[in-house]
Amino acid sequence: MAEPQSKPDPDPEPKTEATVTGQDLFGYVGIESVLDQMKRKAVKTGFEFNIMVVGQSGLGKSTLVNTLFKSKVSRKSCNPSFEEGISKTVNLQSISHVIEEKGVKMKLTVIDTPGFGDQINNLNCWEPIMKYINEQYEKYLKEEININRKRKIPDTRVHCCVYFVPPTGHCLRPLDLEFMKRLGKVVSVVPVIAKSDTLTLDERQRFKERIRQDLWTNGIKVYPQKEYDEDAEDRILNDKIREKIPFAVVGTDKEHQVNGKNVLGRKTNWGVIEVENVAHCEFANLRDLLIRSHLQDLKDVTHNIHYETYRVRRLNESNLNGIGLSASPLASMNGTAVRKESESNL
Amino acid sequence: MSVAVGSKPSQSEDLRNLTLSGHVGFDSLPDQLVNKSTTQGFCFNILCVGETGIGKSTLMDTLFNTKFEGDPASHNEPGVRLKAQSYELQESNVRLKLTTVDTVGFGDQINKEDSYKPIVEYIDAQFEAYLQEELKIKRSLFNYHDSRIHACLYFIAPTGHSLKSLDLVTMKKLDSKVNIIPIIAKADTIAKNELHKFKSKIMSELVSNGVQIYQFPTDEETVAEINATMSVHLPFAVVGSTEEVKIGNKMAKARQYPWGVVQVENENHCDFVKLREMLIRVNMEDLREQTHSRHYELYRRCKLEEMGFKDTDPDCKPFSLQETYEAKRNEFLGELQKKEEEMRQMFVMRVKEKETELKEAEKELHEKFDRLKKTHQDEKKKLEDKKKEIEDEVGAFSKKKAAVQLLQAQQAGSQSTKKDKDKKKFLPFLKHPKTWRPLLTL
Repeated sequence: MAEPQSKPDPDPEPKTEATVTGQDLFGYVGIESVLDQMKRKAVKTGFEFNIMVVGQSGLGKSTLVNTLFKSKVSRKSCNPSFEEGISKTVNLQSISHVIEEKGVKMKLTVIDTPGFGDQINNLNCWEPIMKYINEQYEKYLKEEININRKRKIPDTRVHCCVYFVPPTGHCLRPLDLEFMKRLGKVVSVVPVIAKSDTLTLDERQRFKERIRQDLWTNGIKVYPQKEYDEDAEDRILNDKIREKIPFAVVGTDKEHQVNGKNVLGRKTNWGVIEVENVAHCEFANLRDLLIRSHLQDLKDVTHNIHYETYRVRRLNESNLNGIGLSASPLASMNGTAVRKESESNL
Repeated sequence: MSVAVGSKPSQSEDLRNLTLSGHVGFDSLPDQLVNKSTTQGFCFNILCVGETGIGKSTLMDTLFNTKFEGDPASHNEPGVRLKAQSYELQESNVRLKLTTVDTVGFGDQINKEDSYKPIVEYIDAQFEAYLQEELKIKRSLFNYHDSRIHACLYFIAPTGHSLKSLDLVTMKKLDSKVNIIPIIAKADTIAKNELHKFKSKIMSELVSNGVQIYQFPTDEETVAEINATMSVHLPFAVVGSTEEVKIGNKMAKARQYPWGVVQVENENHCDFVKLREMLIRVNMEDLREQTHSRHYELYRRCKLEEMGFKDTDPDCKPFSLQETYEAKRNEFLGELQKKEEEMRQMFVMRVKEKETELKEAEKELHEKFDRLKKTHQDEKKKLEDKKKEIEDEVGAFSKKKAAVQLLQAQQAGSQSTKKDKDKKKFLPFLKHPKTWRPLLTL
């Protein structure tokens, strides 16, 4: 394996002058400029991100999403006149926006689930959600196996599902466990403790430990999953995160003055809860996880693992039944060809 | 519980552009994306098409600043074959898996009609491998080693006149399968004024023959300008060299002649710097993307259509892959069953035939046996008859013998009575008048 000497050139694009001056170009080929090329291309095509928020009404889902993306992205903000009553069914509603920051465009889709867990009998209330998630996978799969398919397949798959745990302080309720168990298999679930300003730090710590215990006892895998850590670096980083989940968050879109600075916070009679202060709540951690460091990873896990699992299941299903999608013509034909050969040896 | 899934807004309607009231932080997304790829490494595959001895290996060495292994090919190859070699290059924190594919024996044969075929087959084979991986049920696309050709450097011989017909034919066959970048090799044999004429002749020939070479992308502001200026210089006239010559007070890659030194990295001398710029530093990612989204998609579409899959039927009712596949599968199974039936029938027929044959043979054998038995019996009978005859004869003989002996005994005993006997013997004769007469006549 040949390795050229690497002399990082501070100016990757050499001057297009007639003569070669000064710089020593012998060792430098310019392969690392492919990183810039990729970045440019990515910026040009833009990004897509689909986030789903699940939890009982009143836990602050819409507010949190607004706080995360610092704009009114949630459903409530889009339909302010809508009277919020308890809906009789679990309605999934998705709203899409395009937000831009420093030239990077992102199409953000927020999928809200009003009505989840609000009925007296909540049996199977996760089913509409699972159905929706699987429908998105199905849509993507159909487009992927088309002959004339689009260059960029529109990605509506749910990349992240934020599950809001009410701040009881005790442990996870059966509904929480059921939901996370089922959904953890098809989508990346990030559990958060909602409205955590009702818990003191001690209570919070104990609650979190119990939640982690519950998750472990029930075999529920939440993001970031241990199995998908690629290398030691990832593992160290993700272990740190795993020690802290579920994040205890507080959401708000109002600003107040604290120590002369304008901060996002909730003002109460006993003080101002600063949302972005890590001493107060873990919103900043959640934001960093979701957006600043692991957004691409969330998409990758969805694409490489959850989607592939769905695809395998779906294609196997259709092979067995002979109905439904079958995008593995070669594989199946190979199977039947083998059978034919064995039968010819009569 | 009734389920009502909310309507998903269509792309154009509900998409609003929102302004952010603070720093969210997703501007680090491109970095996140790139970091992922950095850990995995990049793949880049270059195909060099050109005659033996035109300088393909040297140019690769010069481009990547390293000495790739390999011996120069001989000119005696019976046909064109492709030799691929993979290397792992590393520069700062970027790992590149580079594969160079060489066409060995191109242009050496006397009959070059089929020269392009191995090349097209190789390119198709790489697409096929990727397609197979993509169509598998359990696939691992994200760590699949991509062997599809991203760029094809076509080496044009520096004749100074125009393209050879072999070049035109080969490029025409390859232009829909791979990104072609034509380059003029060993450009130090052409003088500057001739070079300009040569270049424009080549480009006009390519255009008039409808050969689609790789167009450097001009849709992005950052690279549009540089790409546009570079496109004017196509095809790049390059000189390759791995030897270093002292120029001034530095060592530079160059070729030394008695009449001067040709510097590889001097833009006045040749277009090597431009080629490196375009191929690696500016458009590597675009080359990879074009291969995947254009050439590979075209191959995939053709291949799937060939296998009989359709997206829509002539009435524009969308067929799903599923239905087509279902139909095909049933057809296939039906055929299979028919064949099975046929085979079975043939088998039965054969068995019958064999049976009748055997029966006939049996019958024959029986007949033969009967015949033989009869013959045997006949013979036996004959033998017995003969035996009987012989016995009779033996009996007769012994009787005669006994009679003779008796006679002898009688004769010996009574000689006297012989006359009597004679008389007795004659007397009947004498007495009988009839027997007299013959005696009288004596």
